[in-house]
Amino acid sequence: MLLQVKDLNIEFHDHARPETVVHHFNLDMEEGEIVGIVGESGSGKSMSALAIAGLLSRKDITKTGNILFENIDVLNASRVEIRAIQGNDIAMIFQEPMTSLNPLKKIGWQVEESLRIHTDYDKETRKKMALDALAAVELPDVERVYNSYPHNLSGGMRQRVMIASAFINNPKLLIADEPTTALDVTIQAGIVKLLKKLGREKGTAILFISHDLSLVRQLCSRVIVMQNGYVVEQGMTEEIFTCPKEDYTKRLIAAIPQVPKTEV
Amino acid sequence: MKQKNYNFIIGGSITCFMVLLILVGFFYTPYDPEKMDSSLKFADVSLKHIMGCDNFGRDMFSRILKGCGTTLFVATGTVLIGALMGILIGAFTGYYGGLLDEVLMRVIDALFAFPSILLALVFIAVLGSGKNNVILALGIAFIPSFARIVRSEFIRCKNMDYVMLAKISGASDLRIMFVHILPNTMTVLLSSIMIGFNNAVLAEAGMSYLGIGAQPPEPSLGLMLSESQTYLFSEPGMVLFPGLMIILLVLGFALLAEGLKTRNTGK
Repeated sequence: MLLQVKDLNIEFHDHARPETVVHHFNLDMEEGEIVGIVGESGSGKSMSALAIAGLLSRKDITKTGNILFENIDVLNASRVEIRAIQGNDIAMIFQEPMTSLNPLKKIGWQVEESLRIHTDYDKETRKKMALDALAAVELPDVERVYNSYPHNLSGGMRQRVMIASAFINNPKLLIADEPTTALDVTIQAGIVKLLKKLGREKGTAILFISHDLSLVRQLCSRVIVMQNGYVVEQGMTEEIFTCPKEDYTKRLIAAIPQVPKTEV
Repeated sequence: MKQKNYNFIIGGSITCFMVLLILVGFFYTPYDPEKMDSSLKFADVSLKHIMGCDNFGRDMFSRILKGCGTTLFVATGTVLIGALMGILIGAFTGYYGGLLDEVLMRVIDALFAFPSILLALVFIAVLGSGKNNVILALGIAFIPSFARIVRSEFIRCKNMDYVMLAKISGASDLRIMFVHILPNTMTVLLSSIMIGFNNAVLAEAGMSYLGIGAQPPEPSLGLMLSESQTYLFSEPGMVLFPGLMIILLVLGFALLAEGLKTRNTGK
């Protein structure tokens, strides 16, 4: 078992009345498995993901329950212990590729960052690994990309750079928090395909968060449907899509735009 | 067509010119700036003494070269102390927030409530006068403005996605603060450092004028102004040249700061 989340509750205390945004969230992930979380905005899917990644450290948020990542208790581990797995075993991709890269640092520097923190490779080895990683995400002319700044690249290219930097240390778990939402539809399909390929090659488990059901169907073997902080339904992807049990899931699936076959 | 950044060009030229003068003055002055010669008392502007001589017969040009150096030395030290401490305080309070932020910012607010010259005077009263004490006193008085600017920039940047990315890469807090965030505050910080230079030059001149900065016979622009005020009407050159130098220094930095701001924001 790679990841085990038991009865996770996340509560905000930043207002007069505490507000629970995630209720009783459970998740088990095996190595190499691709699991999708779908739900509308505010359903708590990103919050759960941030908690799993160990990024939810604000003092006005209380978290109860258990998150076990390879026998490390993520919720109660010290910052040093968490840092040891972040960038090494757990990696993450964010929604907005335009802001998720540091505007003042070269692409190569940013892709190498987790190597610099977690390994003792020398400069040449790091550069070689970064170039390989950039090539693996199917970017053209990697040497030029390596030396360019984020503003030189398009959104799709930046998201590929993000994927390259996430995969560079061969993580065991990749959390993709709506990685395609800010991209064009044509580019979305490419990113999903790339994630699937890299996940299979490196044996990385992927937690794919999205509100695009058709992408989830292409990529994930299991799906969790969330609404208002509760898990509404979960199961194998095909089962959920072919015979959804809950009303909310049915409505979500009905909301996928259908292209009538007769029209071209 | 792109508009030329005249602020930057003119400010840069003036500053370069002044820095060049000061560098020259550091290694070579036409006469010994502290050597008195009663035969040259109030000597007029001439080829030998291009700015004339003062009431003790000292060569004005040599004194101005050295004096600019003193002033700029104090200004640099002041800005260095102010900016470094300001960056440290601003970074920690902005990044961590919480109780540390509350306590430190209230202290900063209290410091901010005094005019910086007055605050520096208080420190001088405690530390004693002299060039190095003036640097320390002015430096401390300059911390609040830098701390505030850096803090607000850190607050703006700390929730950016790229900081999250650095966190999930396993970077330590110090690394995030000074490797990832600090470069992104440089655009704002650089122009405020330039303005800081300005204020420091004026403050040093003011302190020396009041007689608590550089001690005679060491030349300093403010000190020269203060010495010359007795002869304001009989020997206007003695006031004119040091005053002109202060204006040039301040103008150069001010234009440079404005030009840098324009350059960085592209507006």
